[in-house]
Amino acid sequence: MIQQKSKKGAVAALIACTALLAVIVLLENVSVFLPASSVPNLLKPTSQLFAVLKKGAVYSLAAVSMNLLNGFTGLFSLGQAGFMLLGAYTYAILSVPVADREAVYYLYGGSAVNFSFQDMFGSIFGTQGVGGAVSMGLGVVVAMILAGCVAAVFAYLIGLPVLRLKSDYLAIATLGFAEIIKAVFQWQALGPVTNGANMIKSFPTFSSFNITDASGTVILRLSTFFPFLVSMICIAMICLLINSTYGRAFKAIREDETAAEAMGINLAKHKMLSFCTSAFFAGVSGAMFAMFVTNAHAKVYTTTMTYEILLIVVIGGIGSISGSVMATFLYVACSEWWLRFLDSEVVLSNGMKLPFLRAGFRMVVFSVVIMIVVLFFRRGIMGDKELPDLFKKRIRKEGAK
Amino acid sequence: MEFAISVLISGISVGGQYALIAIGYTMVYGILRLINFAHGDVFMVAGLLGIYLSASMPLYLSMPLVLLLTVVLGFCIERVAYKPLRSAPRMSVMISAIGVSYLIQNTATYITGGQPMTYPVIPFLSDTVKIAGTSTKWVTILTPFLVLVLVLALTQLIHHTKAGMAMRAVAKDFETAQLMGIRINTIISITFVIGSALAAIGSMLYFTNFQAITPTAGALPGLRAFVAAVVGGIGSIPGAVVGAFIIGICENVIKSTEFTVFSDAGTFALLILILVLKPTGLFGEKVTDKV
Amino acid sequence: MKKLLSLALASAMVLSLAACGGNSGSAGSNPANSGTPAASGDKVIKIGVFEPASGDSASGGKKETLGIQFANSETPTVEIGGETYTVQLALSDNGSSTDKAPSAAADLVSQNVAIVLGSYGSGVSMAASDTFKDAGIAAMGVTCTNPNVTAGNDHYYRICFLDNFQAQVLANFAMDKFDAKVAYCLGETGNEYDQGLVAFFKQVFEANGGKVITASFPTNNSDFNTYLNQAKAEGADVIFTPVSIAYATQIITQAQSLGITAPFLGSDTLDDNMVLEAANGTDIQLYVSTFYQEGGAPEFDEGIKNYINSNSAAKDANGGNDTIAAVTAMGYDAYYVALEAIKAAGSADPAAIKAALGSVTYTGVSGDIAFDSTGDAIRDTAYIKHSTNTNAWELETVQKAS
Repeated sequence: MIQQKSKKGAVAALIACTALLAVIVLLENVSVFLPASSVPNLLKPTSQLFAVLKKGAVYSLAAVSMNLLNGFTGLFSLGQAGFMLLGAYTYAILSVPVADREAVYYLYGGSAVNFSFQDMFGSIFGTQGVGGAVSMGLGVVVAMILAGCVAAVFAYLIGLPVLRLKSDYLAIATLGFAEIIKAVFQWQALGPVTNGANMIKSFPTFSSFNITDASGTVILRLSTFFPFLVSMICIAMICLLINSTYGRAFKAIREDETAAEAMGINLAKHKMLSFCTSAFFAGVSGAMFAMFVTNAHAKVYTTTMTYEILLIVVIGGIGSISGSVMATFLYVACSEWWLRFLDSEVVLSNGMKLPFLRAGFRMVVFSVVIMIVVLFFRRGIMGDKELPDLFKKRIRKEGAK
Repeated sequence: MEFAISVLISGISVGGQYALIAIGYTMVYGILRLINFAHGDVFMVAGLLGIYLSASMPLYLSMPLVLLLTVVLGFCIERVAYKPLRSAPRMSVMISAIGVSYLIQNTATYITGGQPMTYPVIPFLSDTVKIAGTSTKWVTILTPFLVLVLVLALTQLIHHTKAGMAMRAVAKDFETAQLMGIRINTIISITFVIGSALAAIGSMLYFTNFQAITPTAGALPGLRAFVAAVVGGIGSIPGAVVGAFIIGICENVIKSTEFTVFSDAGTFALLILILVLKPTGLFGEKVTDKV
Repeated sequence: MKKLLSLALASAMVLSLAACGGNSGSAGSNPANSGTPAASGDKVIKIGVFEPASGDSASGGKKETLGIQFANSETPTVEIGGETYTVQLALSDNGSSTDKAPSAAADLVSQNVAIVLGSYGSGVSMAASDTFKDAGIAAMGVTCTNPNVTAGNDHYYRICFLDNFQAQVLANFAMDKFDAKVAYCLGETGNEYDQGLVAFFKQVFEANGGKVITASFPTNNSDFNTYLNQAKAEGADVIFTPVSIAYATQIITQAQSLGITAPFLGSDTLDDNMVLEAANGTDIQLYVSTFYQEGGAPEFDEGIKNYINSNSAAKDANGGNDTIAAVTAMGYDAYYVALEAIKAAGSADPAAIKAALGSVTYTGVSGDIAFDSTGDAIRDTAYIKHSTNTNAWELETVQKAS
């Protein structure tokens, strides 16, 4: 997640990421290693903490992929939810075990796609024990990569006509495409493939990655670790891209298109590359989002979702990857966890009711907080700096003293 | 035949209501280059104000008051959320607009408790009339005419008053206009006031026709009006009006076929088609990049 | 300065995430909203109420919650193994949206609820299902009618009938009562409740030789003129609108001004006083299928009316009057079924309650409740009632499964 040029920095980043993953695994497994009675509520596997961490991991990839396009290349696109939808559905359609298809597609008497990667790998590695785990894991990973690919292919097709448009026109056109994609997936005529208005479920989710023994007791929890791992790998790839020649070309396009073209940068090619890469990772995050909510349902991927992610990108700082990641976790934790107490009425010991506290107040406070951040931190929490930059500056300052 | 006429009538009527919202979008964009995402929600708030105010006072008092309060709201939004960000990157202003939209929707949910509210019946406008075999409300018939009158008045204002001239100057070149001694902030406020007033009038017509108001009631008309503004060429008032009628009719034609799922998607497809053929919309100005 | 601030923000986030690990969930779990604060020393058992308080389904969710709260105020304790436990309700708003549902569910789980009731709306129930499953907590749907809520799992139960039954009842009713040949079905795009009912209705209606025209409208739509005109132009004998409350009120008022004469058939969602109010004073014929008819249990009716009228918050939640929605009665029954399960389990342990729930039987105000092997209620009765257009429902017929 960290932008580094020197080898030393890359090693440091790798160590930091590994450490974070280790902490996640440890946190998650406290409930497995300790007896149930001594586990604090917060570390129980179903606590809000893990829901927030999982959603944060998923959203941070979505935010970073949007940042690649909006922040680093300066292409203002609002198609994020559409690409996530493509990813989610591709993953879901390719992952529901054949045996469950009849139940999932109950309105259509079974699915038109009678195939799933899990079953395919299952026939190679077996479906029980370690073989079953391997075929499930492989199936998920392959389906996720394909989810990204499908999103990228669609992005390519959409990009052909649309990328010629300028700024806000591009934004509204991509937003339009997201809506069109959504409508296509909700069309009953395609029901045997997309399940129409019904959600697709019963595919492997994050909790499928928990390792259980024969009796079904969990011996190692990896359900939070998995989204973190995938997001980290993907974000690292985005970092590498940004630091490559391509990345510098993207930034040149952002700063001044005409000048960039004059410098010999192929605008159409680089814009398309950025658009498709962003869509690919949006597709992967969509697949993970489907795993997080345990279903794929077109109705969820609205423009509101795109705005939410855009909000995260801007709060984090346009052009800062670590900013996007941090903003995601803050945003998700605030909206779904920390402020939740505002929704329930509190009766004080003397029988007085605290004013304002009732259902819906949480979201009012939350939007006020957002407005404050937007108005007073206009460049976001990180601007276009990265986390290591801040440390470097501080060390230099202290050295100067 | 009857059905075709009824489709056309509702398309034109809805188009007229979109036009009133679209003008707000297009004027703000013309001057600030800002997509004012909160505009659809201002429209919704005007509807809610109509409900709350007419519950406690007669219509001839409450409706002008709705207009006034909506204008005040539009003015305040500009002063609080957009003015401090005038020098900030454009994306920040837009996010501020999304934030305001969020805030308004959530506050409305909090106040109404998320229940749909019913708009009061306005005498005469709500009465039913029969035209060519299809019955409809008077408001449906009157909307397009009212829109035309308002748009004519607006173009007069823009082309023949001092404030209008200043608006055109600001839209043409923000900084030069400032150097020429035009008080930018006043002009921008006037733009927001006009936009909000039209949205308030639009809300009266729209919600008389479709009476239930939920906190998200402004989202869909807002989005469609915005699409209309883009189709017409964002920044151009006649463009917004023409675009709104096209979108309104197109939407209703799709609704009358068996592909109702695509009633939104169809309008967007039309939008993309127009943008690809004419990248700045039907009436938009050609922008040339300065190096 | 700004860098320092942002650094501080960043570290605050890391710290708070880490520090939360230490203090046992002070941030996550807050006292439940409950009419009966537990007296000190009393044992407490918590029942989770997983209902929407915002979003599209807020109106229905609130009415369902109302029934649960009334039942709780009536019977605030339960006997477990000779000890008296105080029952506390833990509310969590799922925002009517499937992407908010898992974290709302996790909120309930983190409050250590023993069993969960809800939700109004099948989509959110399905989205939250796995969270409850992982926690080993049984969930009991009150009015989520989609078949997929309970299918394929052993922890989700429900006390209402299913969509296919409901659609069948309505389709048969349309053919018997109105001799309908052509039906126009209108549902929200991408809403599985609406589209599921429409699909089942279509199956039955077409199997019996009828013709069905389906249409769907986008979310947040408010202009139904063209749809209704199309229904008229196609010569529909009935119009089937299994939609959310907000849309239903729009459809009714617009149908009135368009002079639609074909009767409207609605599903359980339309049994709501907002809809009733919209139909008030019009010529619209409105028929809905539902779980409960006012007057079915006079004692309950009287009790809940008193409760609503004596409590302004409850009255607001019920839409400002005291007409009893079927979902309220269902919420009331669900609470007692939950108590039965707790008693049968003889323990406050979620796993024991989950094991006991399947074999619970209870006679509630909405009829007899027992579960089949998938966890669905064994119900063969639906009430069909029609609006008198004077702000009241009148029982039309009681339909049994054929």
